[in-house]
Amino acid sequence: MAIESEVLVIGGGLGGLTSALAAAREGADVRLVSYKQSTLRQASGLVDVLGYTPDGDGPLTDPYEAIPSLPETHPYRKVGVQTVRDALSLFDDAVPTYEGEHTDTNALLPTHGGSIKPTARYPAGASAGLASDTRDTLLVGIEEMVDFDAPHVAAHLDATGVPFDVRGETIRFPGDLRADAKVTRYAKLLDTNSEVAVRGRMVPAREALAQRVNPLLEDEERVGFPAVLGDDNPGAIRDTLSDHLGVDVFEVPMGPPSLPGLRLEDALFSALDEAGASIETGNPVVDFDGEDRIEKVFIEKNGAKIPNSADQYVLATGGFVGKGVESDRDGVYEPVFDCHVPHAADRYDWFEGELFGDHEFARYGVATDGDLRPLDASEHNEFENLRAAGSVLGGYDFAAEKSGSGVSIATGYAAGQRAAQEAR
Amino acid sequence: MSDAETPPETEFDPVAPNTGEEFEPVDVFPDSDDFDLRPGADSCYKCSTCDTNCPVAEVDDDFPGPKFQGPEQWRLKQSDDDHEIDDSVMDCSNCMRCDNACPSGVPLSQMHNTARGEYVSEQMDKLSVEYIRNRILANYRTSAFLASKVPRLANFAMNFGPARWVMEKTLGVTSERDFPAFAKQTFRDWWADRGGQVQSRENAKAARKRRGLPEDADKKVAYFHGCYSNYNTPEVGKAMVRVYEEFGYEVVAPEQKCSGTPMFANGMLDDARRHAETNVSSMSELVDEGYHAIASCTSCSMALRQEYPELFDIDGIDKVAENTFEAVEYLRIHEDLKGEVQAADVDGDLAEEFAYHAPCHSRNQGLDRQAVELFRDLDGAEVEDVGDSCSGISGTYGWKEEKYEKSMEIGEEMFEHMEHAEGETGMTECPTCAMQMEHGSGYEIRHPLELLEAALVE
Repeated sequence: MAIESEVLVIGGGLGGLTSALAAAREGADVRLVSYKQSTLRQASGLVDVLGYTPDGDGPLTDPYEAIPSLPETHPYRKVGVQTVRDALSLFDDAVPTYEGEHTDTNALLPTHGGSIKPTARYPAGASAGLASDTRDTLLVGIEEMVDFDAPHVAAHLDATGVPFDVRGETIRFPGDLRADAKVTRYAKLLDTNSEVAVRGRMVPAREALAQRVNPLLEDEERVGFPAVLGDDNPGAIRDTLSDHLGVDVFEVPMGPPSLPGLRLEDALFSALDEAGASIETGNPVVDFDGEDRIEKVFIEKNGAKIPNSADQYVLATGGFVGKGVESDRDGVYEPVFDCHVPHAADRYDWFEGELFGDHEFARYGVATDGDLRPLDASEHNEFENLRAAGSVLGGYDFAAEKSGSGVSIATGYAAGQRAAQEAR
Repeated sequence: MSDAETPPETEFDPVAPNTGEEFEPVDVFPDSDDFDLRPGADSCYKCSTCDTNCPVAEVDDDFPGPKFQGPEQWRLKQSDDDHEIDDSVMDCSNCMRCDNACPSGVPLSQMHNTARGEYVSEQMDKLSVEYIRNRILANYRTSAFLASKVPRLANFAMNFGPARWVMEKTLGVTSERDFPAFAKQTFRDWWADRGGQVQSRENAKAARKRRGLPEDADKKVAYFHGCYSNYNTPEVGKAMVRVYEEFGYEVVAPEQKCSGTPMFANGMLDDARRHAETNVSSMSELVDEGYHAIASCTSCSMALRQEYPELFDIDGIDKVAENTFEAVEYLRIHEDLKGEVQAADVDGDLAEEFAYHAPCHSRNQGLDRQAVELFRDLDGAEVEDVGDSCSGISGTYGWKEEKYEKSMEIGEEMFEHMEHAEGETGMTECPTCAMQMEHGSGYEIRHPLELLEAALVE
């Protein structure tokens, strides 16, 4: 016997989650297994579709318009523009706290490095910070959080030519948290609105934070904080701060561990739960049975191999960073099913000498047919019941194109939906 | 012209291989029995995701978090021979959530257990009240064994106000909590009275016949009941036996001691090893005979599966780890449990709405969703997940006077969710989580096996 389902999705990132959600909504009995917690904790929480062309042109105004001119190997070309749109509709429905669905045009959002990023969907908490908005802006950094140096970020933003005045100030966060406090500490304090001591008087944390910022505010009409404004109640926290400051408040997405990423993870897992899917995290898929068809896969728990069987499988284990694609001195490989990963035979052709050069490895991943089924070296399907989604796919460079989330959502949606249709 | 302007001729090219053909990785730290924090430390790239999962760091500003306790502490120790283990390691509650969080697979909880072991063995004053108190708490089995001889007296004495006041003042055991009641009859006494393995074989055979299975089918499991279902909640052990027999499994209850979980959490690795040796020896013999080890407490299965092989080198330890399963998980793998539950219904005592909390140690085995998903289609009962926060008690942690407040603060989120849940009966696999759930909400708490018994056993 084995733990059974109709569709088994391997991987708990954006690609895996979308894939499981699409399959479950199609009516299939779905099970999602992920080695560790979702890597969305490492993600900014912004959903980019396409910011730049592979040649570096951009920022693009309309990502959908640019898709048909992408190279044929690009995952967007495999699924087509309409699927990208349908997939984003599924996302919008599952994560109603996001904005950006009113237009095809990319939004421009400030990053914690002070650059401007073209993105298709963004959390409601970031919306007052749009760079196309002309209101003057105050950025507030927190002394202990060295990842966000507000005056520096403001100077960078100014240098990009944003259509407003921007200034940075640094404060001590109320409540005397330790110098290297976890982001969750700030969030928890604001979520619970616990009282903190301010000049000998106990004040609720949200109010205390507003009091620190108030005297610094000049004529700015909006204030941006690093993304630490709550985990469970971010909307309420922003509202309280806005009321006290009399201006709009927004968050600037931060690097890992990222609260916007955590919130997105929570939203997608609840959508999946509501759709009736099964979810298991904590143990890797290490092996499988089958020749042309995958019969079952094995999840390892400290030496024990737990069999899981399904009719259709989706591989959404991520790229090099997520360890869905690995390399050693002999080559590049996909570790779960050993699917073929096209790559240059000579290791010195994998990369360029310059740090930000056009590295080939950035596009390494499995190649698929139009149905997202991985292909072997002679272009035959590796397995008839396996599809791949997300960064395990090759043929695109998400870092340069700013297309990571969009490709994960679009290919996850397509793979999940087709797997479910076939399993029925 | 200075040398800086004309660098000496060199073959070095930053993008060409510079290790040469003869490169051999060196075994820097040859095998030794000393505490070694190293395994996996180099894989940590400081993303800090572990810190966002740490329930202690979330409420305790003085606790530096799992990333510091593990990989950073290892680096400090390597660069400075005199560096001692930071005493904050004793604030880690051993929930092991950091393991599941790490995208690089750094064995954080193993590093914490090792660091705590070294701290207790080399830096802690063995005559201190803290050490004595921790040792008593960690050796719960010994206290429970004595108490179980006189359960009525023990139940009275352990919750006798003045005595508890003294325990708090002298030993630092909080008087806020009620001691768990000791059962009038232990699981093992029940098991022996019932006829032990011989009776179980009969029951299994009868069930196989009823199910149309071959009578000589090789279905047998060794039950690791742990201390708690033996001394405090024998109904969980009984449910396990009855459910397994219903599926045609013959059950044995081999000689066993504490799994070691409270000892790992208190850095008492010598105590833990002694108990582990007994457990591994009796379980590995049974594994050789074709048995699988089954635990109903998720901290016990966690210890046998993960902590034993990480910390000890005992004959048969890997074999036992590979063949240990959580009780419901095993049935999900080997039986059509889903189908049976879908066809069943419950009434009476257990026809309830349950507020379910997944213990941290079930989370680490990938079992946190199991009860909710399994009972989705069971007529007559509802199981609602009360969220992913830690209960906060973490075994002995919440029993310590100085940790009590923190433990309740961590549990706050769970209490709130329980209150908002439909049901007023709680459910969890972990005995100490159950204690905390009861303490914070006043709800009665049941084990999924009890619901399974009500649904499937005539």
